[in-house]
Amino acid sequence: MIILFYLAAAIAIISTVCMVLQNNIVHGLIYLILSLLAVAIVFFLLGAPFAAVLEAIVYAGAIMVLFLFVMMMLNMGQHSVDQERSWMGGRVFIAPAIMSGLLLAQFLNVLRDYEFELVPTEIGVMQVSSLLFGPYVLAVELASILLLAGLVSAYHLAKK
Amino acid sequence: MPQTIPIEHGLMLAGILFCLGLIGVLTRRNIVFVLMSLEVMLNASGLAFIVAASRWGHADGQIMFLMILTLAAAEVAVGLGLIIQMYRRFHTTDINVLSQMKG
Repeated sequence: MIILFYLAAAIAIISTVCMVLQNNIVHGLIYLILSLLAVAIVFFLLGAPFAAVLEAIVYAGAIMVLFLFVMMMLNMGQHSVDQERSWMGGRVFIAPAIMSGLLLAQFLNVLRDYEFELVPTEIGVMQVSSLLFGPYVLAVELASILLLAGLVSAYHLAKK
Repeated sequence: MPQTIPIEHGLMLAGILFCLGLIGVLTRRNIVFVLMSLEVMLNASGLAFIVAASRWGHADGQIMFLMILTLAAAEVAVGLGLIIQMYRRFHTTDINVLSQMKG
């Protein structure tokens, strides 16, 4: 199980790096889907099967397909790939990579003296949903209103 | 070989993914890649919540992940609508074009 965890983590990190370095948008999207599926496996191993399934269905399924549809609609083609290549240089990455690397180093330094063995206890759908429709019912309603606002504004913005 | 996953490795994975998304947001000029990197960052924070939920054995972290999922879906819908409108007006997805705001 622990080997699966490290394998999925490595796949997630490598495919995210490939996504950031990618010139072709559609290829980048496919790498992002791979990364999200690897994170879904990590969720499953951490004992959150409901979150893993939702990650696969909603993130890798719905949201990424939405991206793909919009990319097909815009139909940018080879021209955008060449443009991306001209924008991407080694120089662009230096300052952001140093800053993010410092941030990450600080974070890892904080985590260094923090040792807990995680015994994954499976938290199933029933526990999650009994909380979701118990104390968190207001949050669910607010989320539905947020989705409605997203729907209306996406319709309005994408209209001709 | 230990059969349990060390919690700090889960949090490290979340941190690394978050920083990769941050690098993507800071370096890319194509707004679609910026939106995708934002997705990576949101996903990494969701992963941190799941790790914490697994550590404490509570379902609350998964609820927070569901909220992040909802937020990501709404954000992507609005962001893609904006990208479509931008492509119609400027025929490009370069964010530098939008640096001058005129009315």
